[in-house]
Amino acid sequence: MAAQESRTHAIDMNSVLRGQSKKAPPTEVCVRVEDLNLFYGQKQALHNVTMDMPKKRVTAYIGPSGCGKSTLLRCINRMNDLVDSVRIEGKILIDNENIYDKSVNVAALRRQVGMVFQKPNPFPKSIFENVAYGLRIQGVNDKRILEETVENALRGAALWDEMKDRLNDNALGMSGGQQQRLVIARAIAIEPEVLLLDEPASALDPISTLKIEELINELKEKYTIVIVTHNMQQAARVSDYTAFMYMGELIEMGTTSELFTNPRKKQTEDYITGRYG
Amino acid sequence: MMKLWFKSGKPWIWLNAAAVSTCLIMVVGLLGLITVRGVGHFWPAQVGQYSYEADNGKQEIIFGEKVDATVTSLAAAKSAGYKMAENEDALIQYQLKTGNRDVTGADFRWIQARRVKEENYPTNMMVIERREWGNFYGQLLELKENNTVIASGEQALPIVQEKLADALIMFKTINTLEKKEIGAVNYGLERLRLEEKKLALENHLDTEAKQRIAAQKTDYDLKYKQYQTQLAELYQKIRQHTLVAKTESGASVTIPLAKVVRVYQPNAMGLFDKIGHYGVKVREFLTDEPREANTEGGIFPAIFGTVLMVLIMSVIVTPFGVVAAVYLREYAKQGFVTRLIRIAVNNLAGVPSVVYGVFGLGFFVYILGGHIDTLFFPEAAPAPVFGTPGLMWASITLALLTLPVVIVSTEEGLARIPKSIREGSLALGATKFETLWLTVLPMASPAIMTGLILAVARAAGEVAPLMLVGVVKLAPTLPLDGNFPFLHLDRKFMHLGFHIYDVGFQSPNVEAARPLVYATALLLVLVIISLNLAAIVIRNNLREKYRALEG
Repeated sequence: MAAQESRTHAIDMNSVLRGQSKKAPPTEVCVRVEDLNLFYGQKQALHNVTMDMPKKRVTAYIGPSGCGKSTLLRCINRMNDLVDSVRIEGKILIDNENIYDKSVNVAALRRQVGMVFQKPNPFPKSIFENVAYGLRIQGVNDKRILEETVENALRGAALWDEMKDRLNDNALGMSGGQQQRLVIARAIAIEPEVLLLDEPASALDPISTLKIEELINELKEKYTIVIVTHNMQQAARVSDYTAFMYMGELIEMGTTSELFTNPRKKQTEDYITGRYG
Repeated sequence: MMKLWFKSGKPWIWLNAAAVSTCLIMVVGLLGLITVRGVGHFWPAQVGQYSYEADNGKQEIIFGEKVDATVTSLAAAKSAGYKMAENEDALIQYQLKTGNRDVTGADFRWIQARRVKEENYPTNMMVIERREWGNFYGQLLELKENNTVIASGEQALPIVQEKLADALIMFKTINTLEKKEIGAVNYGLERLRLEEKKLALENHLDTEAKQRIAAQKTDYDLKYKQYQTQLAELYQKIRQHTLVAKTESGASVTIPLAKVVRVYQPNAMGLFDKIGHYGVKVREFLTDEPREANTEGGIFPAIFGTVLMVLIMSVIVTPFGVVAAVYLREYAKQGFVTRLIRIAVNNLAGVPSVVYGVFGLGFFVYILGGHIDTLFFPEAAPAPVFGTPGLMWASITLALLTLPVVIVSTEEGLARIPKSIREGSLALGATKFETLWLTVLPMASPAIMTGLILAVARAAGEVAPLMLVGVVKLAPTLPLDGNFPFLHLDRKFMHLGFHIYDVGFQSPNVEAARPLVYATALLLVLVIISLNLAAIVIRNNLREKYRALEG
């Protein structure tokens, strides 16, 4: 029964993809969520969520506070494992492998799925060491490789020109916007496949926000990006697909232009027109 | 009116301010008292010559330095049995340090100010610090070499100083010979004896081993004989010179230069001479070994023992405390059991320290040490190696005593690390252990250092448990020396805190030693402060480095 449902949904998705094929060619699915239920103790936070996130596209989750969008995002790199009382049912497939399978190495998964948090969280180390952290964990200590990767990652996060002379400064001395881009550089230094952004600009000023948004546009060339945002304009600006969630349920998902201009569900329309949330 | 004043809260402010100032005054007063009393001891005091008429009309001359004075009111003096004249309204008494214990039998004497007929400070008054019998006060008569007079009167003093300098150098040589060279020989012989016994116990003592050991023994014996002849020569040489001095009663006393530490004339000294003398005395106090049942000389072994013990304790307690705290905070499932453990740890901090001493003696020394001895040192039996109080057991006992402090503050430090930092590390593919090791623990290091600071402060000042597990009033050798394996964890050691107790209350000459109690107390405070300052500097550097994210 569940399998059938997911199949119908997948077909649904395909039609969605076809619908926007003028703008971008159809693309394969990178992350697939199947029938995901999540419980905090007794309380259910996600109800039967099923969705596909296409490769090298930006998918945005929108919805009111507490609707479960961050929870869903944190399922994709199993960050919820850290919470004691969490119980998860269902599957998340990345490249057709269930990440909740017992054989999965969580650390390896998290190398594959990078994450950037709401508040910039650089380590109290130098800028260089922050970006090199992921590599050092993998046992890379070759100075040449490290320098090269750090430079590439900082360039990728549009931070190299500002920071190339300050690589040995403590990262905590940077501005909030710079810190957030540093965290992005740190995440892309280990070349993940998927990048999860949990309200990456909510703690930043408008100019820094703009820079982050530009950065997201550039990053989608290489990475599959999932972004949680409170800001609907931001979702409209940066994303290719948008999922609207409400009360732990996925209400509607589609291409961003379609969802914002022509929502199929009434709840979605109410939310994007500002009637609640 | 009054009610309004109470309502305004001003009385509270006054009360708080008063409490703070009381604390401040108490701390300053405490430090001030021990500083003044302790620091003054080394200043060369004037030595007076007093013409004194005793109650029975007997005239005498007294040499001595004033150390104390009391004023007794007329009534009190009368009731104490003093005969008071009509025009006197109080009885003033001085305590004099008269020295010459070998002659008079006492170091101190009380005199009445009214009976002093004449008081002057002749420049030829001489103080001799001796290795035995305390100070000598008197006037120099002559200097003898092999019982023939080579100088007499005032002119003799420069020659005395010259010969004394030679004698001191010889004394030092003798000391090093006896302690270091002969000490090493004895240490080697003892090791050989143990080796032989060990081989015998294991039935490996074949002729080859016997020959080898015998050869080494002859080597040592040869060396010992060499040192013996050297020593005999030196002893003969150092005993050549003696000085003769006149005491207050006019008797002449012969003092061999070998027994003299220094000779000086305080009344003839200018300010700079006195400052120089003061510096020399302070240096002696800090760097020399004690003499005369700890009442004279220096306290270097005690400083050394205290610092070494604290360092070893830190090396033990830090990893243990940190590992325990990491488990409790990061890995253990938070619940009833962890709460119970936490309560137990906190209560451990409140256990009286002497109880730790008893535990250390009973468990570490007798049980653990005893087993170590039977397992690893059967050759030493019946003499214990680790089955007796010593440096290692003292350090371990104090580590146990300070463990709760380190655990609690490390746990607090770990709890303060923001969750976002851990998540950031985990999201980069780090395992929990890597996150802890690379990010969380470095960030918690200031808190760990805080715990260590508290632990050091507590351990350095502890006396009661140490008396049971390793501290002695006089250790013949330092626990660190040039004989392999250099750090002798089984040795007993001296400790400043215990030294204070011993000098102040257990010494045969409490009155003479009292200033040393203050000086030692001051030094103990200084040692603790400097240990703490070092740790605080390290912590502040770490704090600067790992400044946590704001908010």
